[in-house]
Amino acid sequence: MKIKHLLAGLFILAGVGLLITACNSLLQTRWSEEELASLRTLWIGSLQPLPTDPSNKYADNPEAAVFGQKLFFDTRFSSNGKVACGTCHLPELLFQDGKPLANGVGTTDRRTMTIVGTAYSPWLFWDGRKDSQWAQALGPMESAVEHGGNRTLYAHLITEKYADEYTALFGSLPDLSYLPLNAGPVRDTEAAANWAAMSKQDQETVTRIYVNMGKAIAAYERHLLPGESRFDQYVEAVLNNDYETANTILTSDEIAGLKLFIGEANCTNCHNGPLFTNNDFHNTGVPAAQGLPEDTGRAKGAQQVLADEFNCLSHYSDAQPDQCSELNFLVLDEHQQERQFKPPSLRNVFGRGPFMHAGQFVTLEEVLHHYNTAPAAPAGHSELEPLNLSEEQLAQIIAFLKTLDGSVDADLKWLTSP
Amino acid sequence: MNQPHSKSKLVRIAIWAAGSLLVVVALYLIMTSQVMAKMNGEVPADLDYSTTRTSDNELFRVSYVSSQDIVPVNQMHQWTLHIETADGQPVEDATIGVDGDMPQHGHGLPTRPQVTKNLGNGDYLVGGMKFQMGGWWVMDFTISADGQTDAVHFNMMLK
Repeated sequence: MKIKHLLAGLFILAGVGLLITACNSLLQTRWSEEELASLRTLWIGSLQPLPTDPSNKYADNPEAAVFGQKLFFDTRFSSNGKVACGTCHLPELLFQDGKPLANGVGTTDRRTMTIVGTAYSPWLFWDGRKDSQWAQALGPMESAVEHGGNRTLYAHLITEKYADEYTALFGSLPDLSYLPLNAGPVRDTEAAANWAAMSKQDQETVTRIYVNMGKAIAAYERHLLPGESRFDQYVEAVLNNDYETANTILTSDEIAGLKLFIGEANCTNCHNGPLFTNNDFHNTGVPAAQGLPEDTGRAKGAQQVLADEFNCLSHYSDAQPDQCSELNFLVLDEHQQERQFKPPSLRNVFGRGPFMHAGQFVTLEEVLHHYNTAPAAPAGHSELEPLNLSEEQLAQIIAFLKTLDGSVDADLKWLTSP
Repeated sequence: MNQPHSKSKLVRIAIWAAGSLLVVVALYLIMTSQVMAKMNGEVPADLDYSTTRTSDNELFRVSYVSSQDIVPVNQMHQWTLHIETADGQPVEDATIGVDGDMPQHGHGLPTRPQVTKNLGNGDYLVGGMKFQMGGWWVMDFTISADGQTDAVHFNMMLK
């Protein structure tokens, strides 16, 4: 009798176990209404049509995009003839470089961000010190450690190499032959002195050419948009209530990671919307990068964008002042903005290490460990609270992040040097 | 004589096992809910989410309408604020301070919204409204009119 009881007990236990497993898998693959709403917001199908850029009247001009693509890959626009935008924004690496810090003619203090999808960003760079794609493109071109060039060098190059394309788009090119070969508001003392010696009118003429280069490059970059990932295919199937298909697209670990991502792990506080970024700025206590100067992030970036000669309210912008709503309602609060950085899009994040604004973390495991333990910020106040997730849960989130891999949604002609 | 004894023993073991399981489950639920509560801070269950509210000292009755049907996340939009006195008269020359925050997160808005236009009849256009994440938000408007100042607060649960 005892054996019978024992067997019966085992059967009951096994039954209960099976029931729990069944419930678990059911819970894992069925989503609540609230979760479904969250999944829909992250789905690429929710991506709004490309927003207009009122500050750039050439933004949607096809010839400007073709011209911009040539400029993007032309290494002559640098002090050593070896650096183009495409040097750090490599098409084969989804328009970033995989390095902790960018290498142009020197080394920068920040990691290269991808260009894919930046047409949706109200703020550019990790600190948002630029407010349009065209203004962003002009920053590295006269940075002493990136392209290392200057405005007259570029204006002369346009006159020599691209006169026809330029004039077809922007009108006639004035005679610039009497201007110095190197002049611009740059760190190089000789070029800076040459610039200071030029008349205001000449400075304005040369800067106009420089601005038009930026606007053409932006017209090209607007074509680089994120493509569909396995995650998007999964959500589409789930939204169609086709769980049978959905469960063949993602594994149970990936689904468990997704559930944590939109729930307990609080990832969607910052990584929300179809681009997995809210395009705002946050201090998440990321450690300071060793050997680099102090980086105050958005605290400085907000001041810079307001003072930027190429911002939406500048006379180089094609926008009406009331179209510059981000700048008009800009937050300036050094204390609150101390060491805030922009959350990058998580699309294609899996193979995109090293991570954070100066490549402080080599692996996603390190990133997740940081969020799980929420150390204090080196300066300012971290918004994080410890998550206390298990190693298994962290691994599930990483498994989910891999499902965000996808190609660039662009005509193939845009994905190589012309 | 042996059988009834072993049966009652089995029953006792079963009851004991079920009891322990219940205790463990209950403890687990309490612990996780406490951890969650600590992590996120509780959203008070009785929050008033109405779009018309009375100011702290009952000087004003204020309502808002968003330029989008549902207050969006990550999208710049505008609100129209309507301000009345307690007895229903529109307040036409108010000075309005705008602020907002997420009580659970300790951070504010990604923008600095402001009244951009006095539309008349107690209506004011508030530009630069933007929320960067879902969750519990509180918008605070400090209203000064006829030498008196009072504040009104709107709760929102954004998705």
